[in-house]
Parts: sequence; C-alpha cells; structure tokens
Amino acid sequence: MSNSKFYNAIFAAGITLILACLMIGIKLDNEGAQLAVKGATAEQWGWIGLGIAIVFFSQLFSSQIDAMFGKIPKPNLGAMLPEERKMATLKPWLIAAVVVIMLIWPFMVSRGSVDLATLTLIYIMLGLGLNIVVGLAGLLDLGFVAFYAVGAYTYALLSEYFGLSFWACLPISAGMAALFGFILGFPVLRLRGDYLAIVTLGFGEIIRILLNNWSAVTGGPSGISGIAKPTLFGLEFTRRAKEEGNVPFHEFLGIDYSSSYKVIFLYLIAVLLVLFVIYVINRLMRMPIGRAWEALRDDEIACRSLGLNRTAIKLSAFTLGASTAGFAGSFFAARQGFISPESFIFIESAIILAIVVLGGMGSQVGVILAAIVMTILPELAREFSEYRMLLFGLLMVLMMRWRPEGLVPMKRPHLELKQ
Amino acid sequence: MLRINNINTHYGQIQALHDVSVEVKKGEIVTLIGANGAGKTTLMMTICGDPQASSGKIHFDGEDISRLTTAKIMQKGLAIVPEGRRVFSGLTVEENLYMGSYYRSKAEAAETAEHVLELFPRLRERFSQRAGTMSGGEQQMLAIGRAMMSKPRMILLDEPSLGLAPIIIQQIFDIIQKLRDEGVTIFLVEQNANQALRIADRGYVLENGRVVLEDSGDALLTNEAVQQAYLGG
Ligand SMILES: Nc1ncnc2c1ncn2[C@@H]1O[C@H](COP(=O)(O)OP(=O)(O)OP(=O)(O)O)[C@@H](O)[C@H]1O
Ligand SMILES: [Mg+2]
Repeated sequence: MSNSKFYNAIFAAGITLILACLMIGIKLDNEGAQLAVKGATAEQWGWIGLGIAIVFFSQLFSSQIDAMFGKIPKPNLGAMLPEERKMATLKPWLIAAVVVIMLIWPFMVSRGSVDLATLTLIYIMLGLGLNIVVGLAGLLDLGFVAFYAVGAYTYALLSEYFGLSFWACLPISAGMAALFGFILGFPVLRLRGDYLAIVTLGFGEIIRILLNNWSAVTGGPSGISGIAKPTLFGLEFTRRAKEEGNVPFHEFLGIDYSSSYKVIFLYLIAVLLVLFVIYVINRLMRMPIGRAWEALRDDEIACRSLGLNRTAIKLSAFTLGASTAGFAGSFFAARQGFISPESFIFIESAIILAIVVLGGMGSQVGVILAAIVMTILPELAREFSEYRMLLFGLLMVLMMRWRPEGLVPMKRPHLELKQ
Repeated sequence: MLRINNINTHYGQIQALHDVSVEVKKGEIVTLIGANGAGKTTLMMTICGDPQASSGKIHFDGEDISRLTTAKIMQKGLAIVPEGRRVFSGLTVEENLYMGSYYRSKAEAAETAEHVLELFPRLRERFSQRAGTMSGGEQQMLAIGRAMMSKPRMILLDEPSLGLAPIIIQQIFDIIQKLRDEGVTIFLVEQNANQALRIADRGYVLENGRVVLEDSGDALLTNEAVQQAYLGG
C-alpha cells in the first residue's frame, strides 16, 4: 500500500468530516424569535463517525474494492444474442413479439402500472432524443428539458387559446421545439464541448424562468390546467362528452364507462409515439447524415477535411433531438392535463442525461433499458423518497465502477468477411 | 493546377509561413520536405482554408480559393490525407470510406469504393471492422482510400509514412505512384525525404516557414545541403 493512498484516504475522510460537520453537525434553529445554533445529538455524531470511517477505508482499500467489482460477472449481452445471421431472421419476430406484448399487457395489470409505463415511455422518448445529441453527435446538452418544456407549452397554449386538438398540435410542438433548437444551436454550436454545456444549461434555466414570469400567457408558477386530453377520432374518454353533440368512447361502443380506458388509451398513444420515434431515428442513422454525426464525434478535423459542413451537421442533430423532446413534451402535457414550470427543472435534464449515459452512449436498446430502470426504481423505492437523490448518486457511482461503458455499449458490426 | 503565391499564415501573433510560393502542375508528384516545425502541415492546412492565409493568393484550377471556407474548398476536387491519419475510429471501414463520398450519389460512390478496394485488398478483408481497431498501416490505407472516395483531381498527403514499417511505407509509395498514373495530381509532405524525392518530379524545401530550395526531385536528391540536412549525410 503506497503512501499516496494513505494521504488520499486521510484527505477524503477530512473532506467528509468538514462537510458532515457543516451540514449535519451544526443546525440553526428557531427558539421563539431567536435563532440558536444547535449541535448534533450524540447518535448523529456516531453516524457521522461511521460515515467518515467508511470513506477512509474505502479510499485506503480502493484497489481491492475495484478488484472486487471486477469480479462481479458482467452479463455480456452481445454474447447472449444469437449469431448475426440468425439475428437477422429473428429480429422481425422479436420486434413483433415485443410490440404485441406491449399492446396486450395493459389490459391485464392495474391502472397504476399502466400509468407508470406511460411515464417510462415518455422518458424513453426523451432519452432517445438526447441520445442523438449526446450519444451520437457528442454534443453535451445540459438544458435538454427546455425543449421538452417548449413542446409541452406549445400544446397547452394552442389548446387553451385556439382549441387545437392534440393530434394537430403534436407535429406543431415538435416543429416549435426544433425551431428553438435551431435558433439556440446556430450561434452556440461553434463552441467547444464544455462551453456548449454551460450555454445549454443556461438556456434551460432561461426557458423555465421565462415560463415562470410570463404570467399573462403561461399562467406563471400556477401553470396551465385543464389541458384537453387526446381523443380517438374525435371520441372522448370522459364519462360525459364535454362538447355538444359529441359521444364519449364508451357510449359509442355501447360498453360501461371505466376510467381505465383513458389510461390505457394514453399508454397506447405513448407506445405508438415511441415506435414512431425509434423508426425515424433508425432510418436517419442508416442515412449518411447519421454516420456524419458519429464521424463528427470521432474526429472533427477529419470531417472538415472531407468538405463536411460542421455546423450544419451539428445543427441537424441538435434540432432533431430537440424536436423529439417537443414531441414528448406535448404528449406529457396531454397526459397530465396540467403543466407548470415545476415540471421542467434542471434535475429533469440530469435524469435524461443519466439515462443516456447509463444506457451506453449511442445505443438505442441501452437507452430504453436505462429509461425503464430510471423510472421504475424510484417508484419501487417509494419509502426512500427522501433519499432519492442519494440513491441516484450511489447508483451512478456503482455503475461507473462496474460498467463505465453503460448497460448496453453501443454495438457496431464487428465481423470479418469470410472469403 | 495548384498555384500558391506569396502567402503568409499566422497563428495569432506567431507567423508560421513567410511569403511562400509553390506550384504543382497537372499530373505531377511534388514533394515538400522540411524539419519538424518547419510549417509543412501549416502549408497544407492553409491550402484547405484552415487557417486562412493572412495574405497572398491560392489558385486551384485557375480559381482563387484563398477566401473560401474549408467545406467549399474540399468540394472542388481537392482532397487531403491529414497528418496522423484521423480515421473515424468508431465507424467501420465501409462507413469511413462512404464518409469520403458524402456529396456523391450512391452509385458513383460504390464504383469508386470498388476501385479503392482493388488498390487496397487489405481494406476489403477488414470491410466491416471498426477503424479504431486496425493497425497503423491499415488506418493509413483507409485514410488514403477515404480521400480517394470524392474522386479528387488532386490529393494532398501529409506524412503518410509516419510511424510505419518499411514494407508498408513501400506499399504506400507504390500506391501514390499508381494514383499519379491514373491522372491524380499529388502534393506530398514527407519527413522520409529519400523515398519522397525518388518518386517526386519536383520538390521544395521548407525551413522556418520559408521556401529555401526548389528543384527537380533528382537534383534535390544529389544536392549537398539537402543530403546534409535531410538524407543523413
Ligand atoms: N494551431 C496552432 N497554433 C499555434 N501555433 C501552431 C499551430 N499549429 C502549428 N503551429 C506552429 O507553427 C509552426 C509550424 O508547425 P507545423 O505543424 O506546420 O510544422 P510541420 O512542418 O508540419 O512539423 P512536423 O514535421 O513535426 O509535422 C510550429 O512552430 C508550430 O508550433
Ligand atoms: Mg506536420
């Protein structure tokens, strides 16, 4: 064990001590009208001591711990998949099976599960969108939630002021978010990675603050409520039709009213949207522009030397990612029926980014898996909701130690041609 | 074909090229030799418009390109194999090649790709392999192949022999001559002065950002000063 390890451990323990003392050890408390400084209880000091000891020893024995992590078997998803050629014939069947299961499944489980699944699908859409920007084009965007907000508010406002339907607003929202992406991207994409991150971070906040303060239009902090739900060819999913002369869905079919129809209907729309997004992105990735995104991430100078217009390529990735977020946003607004700037805070951007990183930067299957993990885990750990961010951090640290390349590292063909 | 007249290039305050003039005629192989830091790469990059020359003119096929953007210049029938190969490590050989023909139709690109694969059978064997996992020599072949994919009339090569074994270097130089025989004009930067001058019609010697010598390849090979400085006595 080298000396530097020891110093490192002492240093880490010292930092833990200082942080713990400031955050837990000392508290300001109201005593009548006076503020009083209070120390922690003996029990709390015990916990702090334990925490410091853990930090100290985990730093001291970090290489042994790393070795232990190394021993945890990493499921090699690539090896589990059948051979390339078999895969090609199997793939359509596999996709069909997944789609069918996704379509029947909601009729067999509780409303809550379907609702959660819908939320997961929204995050999948967001993850796929950001995956284009960060995973493929390598542009670090920390304000992705801004485009999500633009999409959501576009639908909410158009529906409230002009009474446009969800289906009409869906492409408009995507287009609006794309426009914002374009306007932001045009000046900003000349910047290098870290600067870009800062500017996008700021942009995300600006949009939120704007929505918060422009009360006349957006309703400010109280948001917009009563946003119209999607309809099925004009059929509503309410007990009674809101509009004159409209027939609700259950009366049209002559069945009893059940509130779960609406939930299932929303879920099915989400499935449809996700499939659409996956299809479009897959098509694009096969086109030259998709390869250009990756090429640009790999080597900018080489791209320029081939006569590619750097800004145009970055802009296309940025705009496309934004429009996907806008898509997800308008669906989100329709599902919630209520939106406020609260829904579009920075932590959302962080979660979406975590989905992309956990998923393995660039891999679509990975992003989907990560989105499922990231939305379902917090639900399962409801009792620990106070510690949510703590668990989130822990999960990130463990992942980076165990599998820094993500759940499903981006797979590219890697076979040699047989003569 | 390429005429560079009295260009000066600056990196901020630092002047890297002083009043450089070079001409490459159609169908020629012209080589540029010089020590590390002489400004060879800078000259290549200036032709490509990144950085742009602060003064002077560059004509390609009679057209002034010294004020065009890099993207425009590179679509004019000029291609570069940049220093250090710079293949796209995450993409396969196939995808790397097709990046080179970004602005051409698929059919045209497929035809050129076939031609490239004939020149470099090695690339055909590795067609679906990721470029980042290939050897240095294979990557250099890929970089040259990728530059050929736009079907350029002229190719700039920046130290293609860098870090390669003698056999591979020989192969690369053979390919360069083959390209010339197909009618592609070549402007070649090399540290490997001996081999470069042997295949070159003419050569320039660059020192501290200035052209100090210019002559036919054979004459430079036997030039005493050049022998002293670049051919190991
Ligand atoms: N981006 C840059 N910013 C500032 N100075 C630069 C830059 N690129 C090159 N230089 C300077 O310009 C001079 C010429 O560099 P250049 O790379 O053109 O040399 P070279 O002849 O290609 O050398 P080598 O044989 O080592 O590749 C050097 O002094 C170098 O430090
Ligand atoms: Mg150089």
